[in-house]
Amino acid sequence: MTFEQVVFFLLAATAAFSSVMMILQRNPVNSALYLILNFFCLGGLYLTLNAQFIAMVQVLVYAGAIMVLFLFVIMLLNLGDDKRLREHLGIRTYAGIGFSVALVLELLCIFVFHSQNSAVRQSGNAVEMGTVEYIGKVLFTKFLFPFEVTSLLLLAAIVGAVILAKKKVTE
Amino acid sequence: MIPLNFYLILSAFMFCVGVLGVLVRRNAIIVFMSIELMLNSVNLSLIAFASFLGDPTGQMLVFFVMTVAAAEAAVGLAIVIALFRNKQTVNIDEINILKW
Repeated sequence: MTFEQVVFFLLAATAAFSSVMMILQRNPVNSALYLILNFFCLGGLYLTLNAQFIAMVQVLVYAGAIMVLFLFVIMLLNLGDDKRLREHLGIRTYAGIGFSVALVLELLCIFVFHSQNSAVRQSGNAVEMGTVEYIGKVLFTKFLFPFEVTSLLLLAAIVGAVILAKKKVTE
Repeated sequence: MIPLNFYLILSAFMFCVGVLGVLVRRNAIIVFMSIELMLNSVNLSLIAFASFLGDPTGQMLVFFVMTVAAAEAAVGLAIVIALFRNKQTVNIDEINILKW
């Protein structure tokens, strides 16, 4: 095994483990922490794919900003003790597990029986493609319009979040 | 080199875990985190394809998915706060009417 494979399998195993642990935790704070671990692993995997800029944004925006928002809301809500957080298993739970297992099996079938791509080599310009310079160049030429629309989206999200979360003023 | 399929299998697995979380968990915040997990698994496959095809469009798409996810998280958590203020719970079994 080369160094690259060791890194990949370590990161992939941690990502898979933390994603499973995330949905098994009863306390949302633990869930959020496992999700942060998962996001860090994904950032590492992006580095193995030569996407340096996206890896940095993953750690800064996802693991940093978005998950802090989640933790902040969890702390704000004060959800109560373990007893209140207990969830009972019903028929819907088993149906959900069944559907998920079916989805896993279906995807596995695709990989086992229909996998024709034997791409084992990353493309030649993949190394320079992940740099900030290249991303910026593409972002401000080819994807300028979506980039500008994104600012509108964020503005709308800010206004929406403030209006939804503010206390109703009772007269 | 790592084959492309390994990344795709990890991505598919994480997506299925996210689906399981949305279907099984009843805590609205954990359901919400499962959605983030699904978004991220798709991001992983997009980055893998972009890297193996040598096309920056995949990375751009991930960039925009991240902005949309940030907006979605802000609005969704605001909704959770508003719900909690009204019902004192985030269990989605107890939040079963649209108006009260």
